[in-house]
Amino acid sequence: MDIHALQQIVHKTRDARRKQTILKFSPADRDQLIHKYHPDFRASAYRPIKFGPNEGDKTVVELATLLEGDSSIQDHADLSAHYTCDVLVIGGGGAGCAAALHAHGAGAKVILATKLRLGDSNSVMAQGGMQISVAPEDSPVTHFLDTLKGGHMENDHALLKVMVEDGPSIAKWLLELGVLFDRQADGNLHVKKGGGSSKPRLLTCSDYTGLEIMRVLKDEVINQKIQLLEFAAAVELLSDDEGNCTGAIFKDLDNQRHVVVAAKSVILATGGIGRLHIQGFPTSNHYGATGDGLCLAYRMGAKLAHIDTFQYHPSGAVYPEQLIGALVTEGIRSEGGQLVNAKGERFVNELDTRDVVSSSIIRECEEGRGIRTMSGRVGVWLDTPLLDAEHGPGTVEKHFPAMMLQFERFGIDISKDPVLIYPTLHYQNGGVKIDTNAETNVKNLFVAGEASGGLHGRNRLMGNSLLDLMVFGKRSGLTAADRVKVMKQGTLTLNHLQRFRAEAKKHGNASGVISPMILPAYTRKVG
Amino acid sequence: MNQEDTNVIDQPEVVKPRMVTIEIAGKKVDVPEGITVIKAMWYAGIDVVRGVGCLGGFCGACATYYRTKDDPKVKTCLACQTAVQDGMSFTMMPPFPARKATYEIQKLQDPKQDLFNLYPEAPLCRNCNACTEACPQKIDVREGVWKAVFGDFKSVSEMFMDCVMCGMCTPVCIADIAPNLVALYVSRAQGAHFSEQPEGLDARIKEIQDGRFNDEWNKILKMNDKELAEHCATVK
Repeated sequence: MDIHALQQIVHKTRDARRKQTILKFSPADRDQLIHKYHPDFRASAYRPIKFGPNEGDKTVVELATLLEGDSSIQDHADLSAHYTCDVLVIGGGGAGCAAALHAHGAGAKVILATKLRLGDSNSVMAQGGMQISVAPEDSPVTHFLDTLKGGHMENDHALLKVMVEDGPSIAKWLLELGVLFDRQADGNLHVKKGGGSSKPRLLTCSDYTGLEIMRVLKDEVINQKIQLLEFAAAVELLSDDEGNCTGAIFKDLDNQRHVVVAAKSVILATGGIGRLHIQGFPTSNHYGATGDGLCLAYRMGAKLAHIDTFQYHPSGAVYPEQLIGALVTEGIRSEGGQLVNAKGERFVNELDTRDVVSSSIIRECEEGRGIRTMSGRVGVWLDTPLLDAEHGPGTVEKHFPAMMLQFERFGIDISKDPVLIYPTLHYQNGGVKIDTNAETNVKNLFVAGEASGGLHGRNRLMGNSLLDLMVFGKRSGLTAADRVKVMKQGTLTLNHLQRFRAEAKKHGNASGVISPMILPAYTRKVG
Repeated sequence: MNQEDTNVIDQPEVVKPRMVTIEIAGKKVDVPEGITVIKAMWYAGIDVVRGVGCLGGFCGACATYYRTKDDPKVKTCLACQTAVQDGMSFTMMPPFPARKATYEIQKLQDPKQDLFNLYPEAPLCRNCNACTEACPQKIDVREGVWKAVFGDFKSVSEMFMDCVMCGMCTPVCIADIAPNLVALYVSRAQGAHFSEQPEGLDARIKEIQDGRFNDEWNKILKMNDKELAEHCATVK
């Protein structure tokens, strides 16, 4: 059928739906729903990891294969350093920039290496905002409790406490750098309510929060003259005789040569795994989100946490084809956008946590109340015109300019017509286990941002990622910079890799792939 | 026809894609109509390393020049956000060597005057409007440059909130202005120097420093899992 004919039911039922209240699920109902429909509970997609620090733990097949993968570096590779620094930051997104700026500010010689350009990351796409408890009726404690509830009570308490308490000073730092957060009339920071949060707590820069923060941080990295290695993909870490981290080997993607960097400490800020397309899901993630940091840290002996759980953002676009997987920001639901099935009915409280909303969308679609596309996808409607109906014409355009423009390019006016959405692979809830200074169990190896694990438990709350990046980027940068003052550069060896290879051999060289992946293989093999 | 079958959106382009002929950097290739410019490159067997970033229209890595069939006008787009059509011809913009001024944003004494030291070319705009026409984000770039020069930093910061720093406004400028970099400076100066101090934020930072929440923390962090879960349930 013509898409406009199918959209009619959303227009027809709008007025009736506006008056309707849908309660959030009780804890028992919520657990039942998630166990039945959330992709994290699809047993066939999982297998135990055969060896290494997380031997026996289950994760998705795609990730297990890469973690058990072999390095592209030979045992006797030349390890003479091309560059030497105090703090090596790997990754140029939010966490990497925050780490580099703080380490540099504390007097360390920093190199920031990234496999694409500085700033090419998921951070730049963050639309929803950044959770920081600045409102008088809110508190860091409430932020802690909301996050814990959202994370199914499995969040690392110590990490979570420092994140919520460091939040306000992070906002101050960003304001001083010139980030333009939305304001109230009285000059105070405007806060929006996010899914799973009991109080309005989202700081925003319209729907360009991540872009605005990243424009500023990138500019600051350049202004501070921090040394950059762009198009340099980390392919192996280096260790000394005691197993401490001492640097990394990169592949220059322009000329395929190896570049060895010696560093007193290394901060991995390599982001997530969306481009592994776990369970065949489309993804909202950037081109380089291939979990490189997890593989590198795992071979060094760093333990991973919560790597069996991923976040499927409820609203990834399903139509048009060109936008499949692209995010339709949660902000739309925060402002009252309703989810509607093919029968014109609502089926979930739109502001419930992401895992609950995603599970309920999957339920509607599996039970035949979805709308299908001819490319074999299925989805439900997100009633975007409702925002204009509720808050006055022009609301969608004013509050969500990025979203409007993205669909307008394909001839769709989301202020007039609803959008077809389905969950999209969005975030890796777990990652490398860290302490409150973002250090792993491998000395002098830090991990900040999405690549780290423990903070978010089994489900990250909206808006907590941008804060995570800044807080643990800062903590890793400051801790690393502080330490290098009293230490010498360690030796550069591949001892850890030899140990890893010996173990892999015992298990029949498990997966047979080379990791990290670096970039997804989208190029069609022609001829 | 059962109820489910009526819930299918017509997408003839998906069921039987029409092949179109396009030119990528001067080379003719056949690709399915309607896929994005980036996907067309992948479809043609081209590995893309430089020129892809977020794939969501935010990072500005995939700035591309294109022309449609028989139209002499060379337009600009983000390759991840634009669909190919028959007769289209495109090439990606290489990294352009624009000059970025460096500055300590917090230490600026007179940011509106400093603009002329950092970017002395900014007031030399000759009003050709090429930058505005080149902007894939539909920002009125020329207007923004003039507002920056006249000191209306607030308007510039609002106008350029959509700027993805693709830099396509730069090579077209006959006065060698890099409007996106000028706007970035102006926006940061607006935030760092001309915006109000949010009192609530300072108050909250002080509360945390003074340990105002310590009692509550002590209570919560001592709870066992069950007590904590019950306590969380009371937060509405």
